[in-house]
Amino acid sequence: MSIAAAQKKGFGAVIWDYLTTVDHKKIAHLYLFGGGFFFLLGGLEALFIRIQLIKPENDFLSAGLYNEMITMHGTTMIFLAAMPLLLGIMNAIMPLQIGARDVAFPFLNSLGFWLFMFGGVLLNCSWFLGGAPDAGWTAYTPLSTTSPGHGVDFYILGLQISGAGTLMGGINFLVTIVTMRAPGMTYMRMPLFTWTTFVTSVLILFAFPALTVGLFLLMFDRMFGSAFFEVSLGGNAVIWQHLFWIFGHPEVYILILPAFGVFSDIFATFSKKRLFGYTAMVFATILIAFLGFMVWAHHMFTVGLGPVANAIFAIATMAIAVPTGIKIFNWLATMWGGSITINSAMLWSLAFIPSFTIGGMTGVMLASAVADYQYHDSYFVVAHFHYVIVGGVVFGILAALHYWWPKMFGKILNEALGKLSFWLFFIGFHLTFFIQHFLGLMGMPRRYWVFLEDQGLDIGNLVSTIGALLMGVGGLLFVINIIYTSVKGEKAPADPWDGRTLEWAIPSPPPFYNFKQTPLVRGLDPLWIEKTEGKGEMTAAEPLGDIHMPDGSILPFIMSLGFFIAGFGFIYQVDQKAWLVAVFAGMGIALACMLIRSLKDYHGFHITKEELEREAD
Amino acid sequence: MSHDHSLNPETMPQEPEKATLEGKNKFLGLWFFLGGETVLFASLFGTFLALRNSTADGPAGEEIFGLELVFLMTMLLLTSSLTSVYAMYHMKNNDFKKMQLWLGITAFLGIGFLACEIYEFYHYIHEYHFTFRSSAFGSAFYTLVGFHGGHVAFGLSWLIAIMVRNAKRGLNLYNAPKYYTFSLYWHFIDVVWVFIFTVVYLMGKVG
Repeated sequence: MSIAAAQKKGFGAVIWDYLTTVDHKKIAHLYLFGGGFFFLLGGLEALFIRIQLIKPENDFLSAGLYNEMITMHGTTMIFLAAMPLLLGIMNAIMPLQIGARDVAFPFLNSLGFWLFMFGGVLLNCSWFLGGAPDAGWTAYTPLSTTSPGHGVDFYILGLQISGAGTLMGGINFLVTIVTMRAPGMTYMRMPLFTWTTFVTSVLILFAFPALTVGLFLLMFDRMFGSAFFEVSLGGNAVIWQHLFWIFGHPEVYILILPAFGVFSDIFATFSKKRLFGYTAMVFATILIAFLGFMVWAHHMFTVGLGPVANAIFAIATMAIAVPTGIKIFNWLATMWGGSITINSAMLWSLAFIPSFTIGGMTGVMLASAVADYQYHDSYFVVAHFHYVIVGGVVFGILAALHYWWPKMFGKILNEALGKLSFWLFFIGFHLTFFIQHFLGLMGMPRRYWVFLEDQGLDIGNLVSTIGALLMGVGGLLFVINIIYTSVKGEKAPADPWDGRTLEWAIPSPPPFYNFKQTPLVRGLDPLWIEKTEGKGEMTAAEPLGDIHMPDGSILPFIMSLGFFIAGFGFIYQVDQKAWLVAVFAGMGIALACMLIRSLKDYHGFHITKEELEREAD
Repeated sequence: MSHDHSLNPETMPQEPEKATLEGKNKFLGLWFFLGGETVLFASLFGTFLALRNSTADGPAGEEIFGLELVFLMTMLLLTSSLTSVYAMYHMKNNDFKKMQLWLGITAFLGIGFLACEIYEFYHYIHEYHFTFRSSAFGSAFYTLVGFHGGHVAFGLSWLIAIMVRNAKRGLNLYNAPKYYTFSLYWHFIDVVWVFIFTVVYLMGKVG
């Protein structure tokens, strides 16, 4: 471990350390903790939904509470669970994979996390303050503009704040990858996970501002009496749908592409083979990202945009199946003839292929505009997007956690528990969602809080709920695995999986400066090259010298707190003008922090050569 | 190692804003940020274009826009972009005093622009009762133009803050990227205004 952390620290010191840290590895811990917490919360909401639907005309939840549940389940899972978990993994691993000592903007990295966290907490405060948002995670106008109470206001401000954090994360990763790659790490030698982080960041950069604008318009309409979506004053409700999906469709690729990167790295490592079709994989990633911006209106086939628009968007949507198919075949070909190890990380990856392919296939079915008129807003759609998001993104996150846990925390997750939780979750997942395709085809609409008896829907819903409970048990076992491992888990060596990429060339967990000497990269899978050529370790690209590290800062936390306070002010100034004080105070705090950041010099500090030499390898 | 030495070299490099890794990162980061800003304004323009005829019996653009004032504003902002180029020219020649002078002129022109905009809004509200709440067109107009105005105000605060902060110590490799990224941002604001001038005012006036 590092010099500073060599001594045992008190609890308060640890908390302060995490509040002020700008180290990408610690920020990754925070993201994983925050995302994990919201994932459990979203999972609980999912279970409530399924329990309500376990039998016809159930009264476990009231209609209003059910609407809040589905809204918060979707919003939480997308914005507060899946994205932060992925951002956490990117933060932990991407700088290591390119041989960097930190990200380009460590301060911004911390700010991004705290904005996400405060945004998520703000959104969830709504549960205790008169009711959660209830207009669906898509918050379609005019339902969302007329929804009574403050629920939707919490949705607007919570997502606005956490969205700003995500945007910063995206810019940060982009600059890091462009300017901070180790010598020899050309673009076409980057591991696929780094590539997908890069492309995902481009998507974040160009997709999130559309959501920002959409949320502002909704906020102005709800809180300041503007008329964007108010038809009687010439407004147009469909504008929201366009803005939301111009963001929303790239968003699903923001979620899935990093998972693709994870699987690519895992398949190569555990098949002991170079990734098949590396160039095609990079190309397919970029093509998916590009097409991802061209298909948003396939969420709006039934709005009535006309046959020409529908046809164009239908064909563009189907085209995405081509690069995705390239990827599926490349993964299969990577394993073909390889020396395969099957462990928990590999099980999640193997299970991903058929699960995601089913989701992709129903995606092409939905892409057909004429057929979509039948499927629209039915459980068929629910089944489709859970197959791609759970079968793709969640499996990807869990695979990544098993794969990189030793690198991040220095301990290997328990294999027996890992396999058990995999099988329970995997079986539960298919039990829950496979049958929902048929429920949808039989006419069960989504978002209804009850269904009637003897419509042929009883058994299907029962099976689905049982599956959901199994998923819950599987998820719980994973949490137990984490606790068990942190107490009793075996200590991980630097390279537990016989890895191929740079992150496995340094200790687990890495010292806070990552690389004592920047490594020299001689090709794709740089560590594997050194292994096959008999050296077994990276060649340094520089002599041992002083390392420059950034200063920690509490400002990101305080700045985010300022926006959090201002958020409450904006929400409640509608009822009581005195709340404007909170708006000004909160914005004042945030802007003052920005000013301090701009005016104060942050030169960072140096770890001297002598200190590095003293440290044992 | 002393920072004063590494950040204040004997002879300034050709491009002081990109001489350090931090500088390079800031330069590139701001470019990416402007990419995101482009989408932000594109979304606002799209909304405006969809709603620009939705006047709901309220005032229409044709009736209220006065091209004289808007032309003056355009000139102020375009000139301020030019003066910020001069400032960057002097930065590269390591002439700190002249750089501050030209940035001062830039700030002055920016304040002039903002004052005109505030007058313009005041005029619409009091003469024509054309507000944010009059119609969907009103909402879209004030949001688009107001977002731009907000960007100008933020840019001015940024500029004045770094000018005051560095007034006494002069140029070094730590603050050069701050000045340079400001100038990039300022050009972007200028480009957005060119589109606002065209799409909102010229198209609004001509039909």
